[in-house]
Amino acid sequence: MSAAWSESDPIVDIRDVHKSFGPVQVLAGVSLSMPMRSTACIIGPSGSGKSTLLRCINALVPIEKGSIKVRGIEVNDPKVDILNLRRRVGMVFQQYNLFPHKTALQNVMMAPITVLKQDRAEVEERARRLLRKVRLEGKEDAYPGELSGGQQQRVAIARSLAMSPEVMLFDEVTAALDPETVKEVLITIRELAEEGMTCLLVTHEMGFAREVADHIYFTDRGLIVEHGPPKEFFSNPRDPRTREFLGQIL
Amino acid sequence: MDVIYDWFRQLYIDHGINLTIVYDRFDRNRMLGGLWTTIKLSLTCLALSVLIGLVGAWLQGARSVLLRAVVQGYIQFFRNTPPLVQMYFFFFALGSLMPQVRNEFGFTQPMIDNYTWAIISLSFFAGAFNVEIFRSGIEAVPKSTVEAAESLGYTRLQSYIHVVLPLAFRVCLPALNNNLVNLVKTTTLAYAIAVPEMLYVANQIWSDAVNVPEMMTFLLFAYVALVGILVWVMRKWEQSMALPGYGR
Amino acid sequence: MMVRGPKGHAGLGGGTDLPVLLPAAERLQRRSERERLLGAPRLRLRGRDLAWLCLMLICFTGYAEAQAAAAGREPISIALLRWVPLLFQGFVFNIVISVLSMALGTVLGVVLGLMQISLLPPIRFSSWFVTQFFRNAPWLVLLFYCIFLLPFEIRAFGMRIPFPDWIKAIIGLSLPVMANVSEIVRGAVRSIPSGQWEAAESLAFNRNQTIWKIILPQCVKRMLPPWMNLYAILTMATVLASIVGVSEVMTLARRVLAAEVRNDLLIPLYGMILVWFFVYCYPIARLTQWLERRYAVKL
Repeated sequence: MSAAWSESDPIVDIRDVHKSFGPVQVLAGVSLSMPMRSTACIIGPSGSGKSTLLRCINALVPIEKGSIKVRGIEVNDPKVDILNLRRRVGMVFQQYNLFPHKTALQNVMMAPITVLKQDRAEVEERARRLLRKVRLEGKEDAYPGELSGGQQQRVAIARSLAMSPEVMLFDEVTAALDPETVKEVLITIRELAEEGMTCLLVTHEMGFAREVADHIYFTDRGLIVEHGPPKEFFSNPRDPRTREFLGQIL
Repeated sequence: MDVIYDWFRQLYIDHGINLTIVYDRFDRNRMLGGLWTTIKLSLTCLALSVLIGLVGAWLQGARSVLLRAVVQGYIQFFRNTPPLVQMYFFFFALGSLMPQVRNEFGFTQPMIDNYTWAIISLSFFAGAFNVEIFRSGIEAVPKSTVEAAESLGYTRLQSYIHVVLPLAFRVCLPALNNNLVNLVKTTTLAYAIAVPEMLYVANQIWSDAVNVPEMMTFLLFAYVALVGILVWVMRKWEQSMALPGYGR
Repeated sequence: MMVRGPKGHAGLGGGTDLPVLLPAAERLQRRSERERLLGAPRLRLRGRDLAWLCLMLICFTGYAEAQAAAAGREPISIALLRWVPLLFQGFVFNIVISVLSMALGTVLGVVLGLMQISLLPPIRFSSWFVTQFFRNAPWLVLLFYCIFLLPFEIRAFGMRIPFPDWIKAIIGLSLPVMANVSEIVRGAVRSIPSGQWEAAESLAFNRNQTIWKIILPQCVKRMLPPWMNLYAILTMATVLASIVGVSEVMTLARRVLAAEVRNDLLIPLYGMILVWFFVYCYPIARLTQWLERRYAVKL
């Protein structure tokens, strides 16, 4: 499967994805593709299916129609090795979802040890390095309950990075944070993007999207209405729905 | 040891305080047997009640309305009626319906003995509370935490073992401990159906040795010490298991 | 998506922007705190359960009635009705025991509870010890202790005051009540925000005045629900007196069964007694729940 894939192909390739929850259609034929080492932002009004799309990429939610390929691996194939997929795709959530009974360091170390069966000493060294990278040196032994929202979110980012993913998905990661702590999380994400990590973000931070993204997608009612490079997208939106949305936000 | 025995014997001669359970070997063994029965009863009922709690919590999530109603009825009945009545109900009402069997001496005897009835009754009593406790514990863990584990590549089972259950257990622990302490106190009711636990044995001893005040006082302090130690250990355990940064 | 902000949420999610555990965790925590105060699981009576209990009882009695008729025995309902007056007297006796032990236990418990918040360490420690001692002792053992060790009569001022078993039972049952009331008082006082103490002090109230005029009046509201629940628990526990031979309803029921010598009477008889207890405790439990909701007190 992945043999047919080369680094010049899109690392995330989504074609005509449909998904409904009962009678509500949340994705009505979404297509999107990301080259390696690119950063894309999905924006749009709430309930337009942005978060569902991210969950589909990670196989947390099954799709009904279409195809999602990550590194050439078809996500929706029932025979797919989910573990192999998920270790390549890291995901960070709006609600951080840290494990409250483990320290920051343990949170970062847990998955590589239990899931990937990696050597503990080696994982610990990597985990400490990652926590330093997200500027949480000295907080290794703090429990999530003792950290601020922004700190927790950075632990969550480090936790995902510990699996050495090739793509990172960020699902409105700053939506639950205080305005002061939003910045520290955004800086961390920007550094990641600059280092060449493939990042796909669902976000409401328009300024950040403009600055960091290579490509912006605008979704409304389960469809990608418009997409393009940020400069073009923000300065000259073509679709009336995009114009209306940007008019409300900016 | 003999020095101690002699001292207690002298205590009886000099002051009339007759602690036969110390210096008399027969009484001492009887009392130790009673203590052992109390502990055995508590531990067996604890294990069974946890099992009942798990099965019940699982059944409460069942699709069948009837099944859920049965579990709910069970909980309501056992938590709102006196445990003594429950024990009588099991021993006298259900016990009279059970067939008799012939033992090795050719005498007939009930198929289920008093001790077993006490275990059944107390386990169902404590189990009713456990069902609710476990249910809340599982409900307390957000779905999104499981989702986070799965997105890190955990399988369903792994995310249960490493995330959901440890978290749920911490949430349940204080309520479970209350239930355990309550269970140990409630084992005294087995006296009513002649199970030789501490209270019953103490009664036998004071009937033989006519030392009611000594035995009664000993019994009271023994139980207070037993329960007190249990409570203390449980508190320490809870403190070490508390989620840092959450709760009060 | 709706997000609960840092302000609107206290308790388990308190320290962070988002709750990490769902409300069920907080419910469970509150429940175990309440149980600790009561020293026993809370009763939670519902009308629906009473209806079911009655229905099942009627069904069973009907079935047993048919069997009795087939076997040519006296109908169960007649046998049962014959004993109702006697049994009901026994039940009233249970209620009397429960009311008197509650009264005695409450008076002693309030004193003990106030001693627990004393500023003098010896008083505080000794009352704490007494409270914990009686909280940890099983009710039945305390009952035994009083029945066997209290004298059967007291001689005072040349008079002989008899001390029958049922009075000893009242004392025996009042001891755990006392310990739990003491904890309820202490818990309620501790739950009053420290700002109230400071405000009173700043108005030059002395400690006694602060306790009696400011703190305790606020506590009553908080103590009422657990206190009433304790009473319901105590009422159910009065059947323990049958083990030590007090002629209350369970003892009478056993005698009736012995006199009638028939097994099919057992379940209808005990079932009927259960319904009585249920009916008596039900309004108390409902009122407790209503008060709890009304004051929304987290005890």
